[in-house]
Amino acid sequence: MSGIRAHPVAVFLAFFAVFPFLVPYKALATQVLIYGLFALGFNLLYGYTGLLSFGHAAYFGLGAYGAGIALAKLGVPSVWGGVAVGLALASAGGAVIGFLCLRRRGIYFAMLTLAFAQLLYFIGFHLADLTGGDDGLRGIPLLPVRLPGVEISLDTPVAFYYFTFALVALAVAALKRILDSPFGAVLGAIRENSDRAAACGYDITRIKLLSFVFSSAFAGLAGALEALRLTVVPIESLYWTTSGQVVMMTLLGGAGTFFGPFVGAATFLVLEDRLSIVTESWPLVIGLIFMAFVLFLPKGIWGTLSGGLYGR
Amino acid sequence: MVDISLATLLTQVFTGLVLGMIFVLLAVGLSLIFGLMTVVNFAHGSFFMLGAYFGFFLLGLTGNFWLSLVVAPLMVGVFGLIVERLLVRPLYGRSVDDPLLLTFGLSLVLIEAARLIWGKIGVTFDPPRELAQAVNLGFTMFPVYRLFVIGVTGAVLLALWFFLGRTDLGLIIRAGSRDPLMVRALGIDLGRIRLLVFGIGTLLAGLAGVLAGPMRGVYAEMGVTIVIESFVVIVVGGMGSLAGAVLAGVMIGEVVSLTTLVAPKLAEIMVFVVMAIVLLVRPSGLLGEAGLLE
Repeated sequence: MSGIRAHPVAVFLAFFAVFPFLVPYKALATQVLIYGLFALGFNLLYGYTGLLSFGHAAYFGLGAYGAGIALAKLGVPSVWGGVAVGLALASAGGAVIGFLCLRRRGIYFAMLTLAFAQLLYFIGFHLADLTGGDDGLRGIPLLPVRLPGVEISLDTPVAFYYFTFALVALAVAALKRILDSPFGAVLGAIRENSDRAAACGYDITRIKLLSFVFSSAFAGLAGALEALRLTVVPIESLYWTTSGQVVMMTLLGGAGTFFGPFVGAATFLVLEDRLSIVTESWPLVIGLIFMAFVLFLPKGIWGTLSGGLYGR
Repeated sequence: MVDISLATLLTQVFTGLVLGMIFVLLAVGLSLIFGLMTVVNFAHGSFFMLGAYFGFFLLGLTGNFWLSLVVAPLMVGVFGLIVERLLVRPLYGRSVDDPLLLTFGLSLVLIEAARLIWGKIGVTFDPPRELAQAVNLGFTMFPVYRLFVIGVTGAVLLALWFFLGRTDLGLIIRAGSRDPLMVRALGIDLGRIRLLVFGIGTLLAGLAGVLAGPMRGVYAEMGVTIVIESFVVIVVGGMGSLAGAVLAGVMIGEVVSLTTLVAPKLAEIMVFVVMAIVLLVRPSGLLGEAGLLE
């Protein structure tokens, strides 16, 4: 365990380099990476900063629609351009909504994030010319990735997996950098006791907002990748169920732990995959499991296994 | 700009008032539960949905609307008592986020359970014959049932105001919201008060569900959007303020109804625009006290 804790990024790279060969099909592996990244973004805000957002679908959806609209409607000629637009849109959305939500503390925050996500859902629903409305945004081309000197097609599941892997690995390294910085230490201080952090002279509203924007950016990148993977953006990307999904994934895995989001995303997606074969009512089963975790195993799978040294 | 006659406008004002009544019933329950036990009950919308389905079920069983109007909310309230006892109580003393997470899981479970029991397609729930007509208000014919909803909500609010403001138990509830430690020090068993308040709050949600059923249809997800809008009502009105919840509930109802008149697509969006404006101008809500219950 101590090795994992000392070099989490290296462990991430080693494990996910071989991951697609450990699961029944490659698409599932890619999904785990994408939703793991989404949960990683959520976890930065909830697990490390102590702010429970119930509206993270907003930033996932903004990332997905940003990339999708850039590629399908605006004719942006490169994958990088699409991803960049998604990332920018999600970060900008995070900055505006975060600013408004952070005007209220405590439990209002969760309600406000949920409300603003619902607002974006309705906007996406009614702006059908741009977003495809209820039918979802269709016709996103899967362009080849251009790097200096090479051009890689993403047509095969394996190629797409490693493209995703590269971007998610960068995000994981960025998260590690954020957590190790003095800024990361202040986040922990805010989570433990925000009044005391404020008394120490930190501008906690600004720091929380910055954490919110980082978190939205990670979620937006995940959304952009999901848009590329599906070549479609369903309207559900912005729906409250998507917000709920990332909350459940993070808590199942272990909030406030480095690998918890990926463990949780894998657990959730495998459960969904298996259960949906057996019963249409799989959300009922997942809901019950989630409630049991909140009641009896609040540290989640990874948090419990690793002894919960990071705390919650 | 569409030409809007005064009669149409007045009709929409009345429609908005009816919608506002449903918001008020939900928001008051949410606010009571939150005030006394800092529990944000995400499943409130599911209790609302259960109220509508219980009402539908009882109406089918007995054919008596008045009976379902009384019994269905009671059933929801009893279910609320069980939920508080078994699921919410173990979480007191833990992070304020935990009950929200738990009730979120519960709402998923209840929505799926409703789909399993009553099917994926919604059911229709007819108002009783006595209330099915329309009455001439002078400017328009207005459904009697909707006036009835306004009347019932008004009566319930009056009773609640009396209970909270004029009885000993109400005094304890108000004191418990303000300073639970002191109330406990005075030898009052706050556990039983919390149970009672959770029961009352969910009962009100169930009542809102029965009342809304004949107007909005009954389906498993019927509580989701409306509970989010009720959160907005609380934020706008100011948490912990009964008058604030009533004022904001009616206001949001009117905003939805009047926007529908000019630009139907914007109706759902305007709710959140109002919320954003209130947050910018008056973060503590219209009648909320700054810093209370944060």
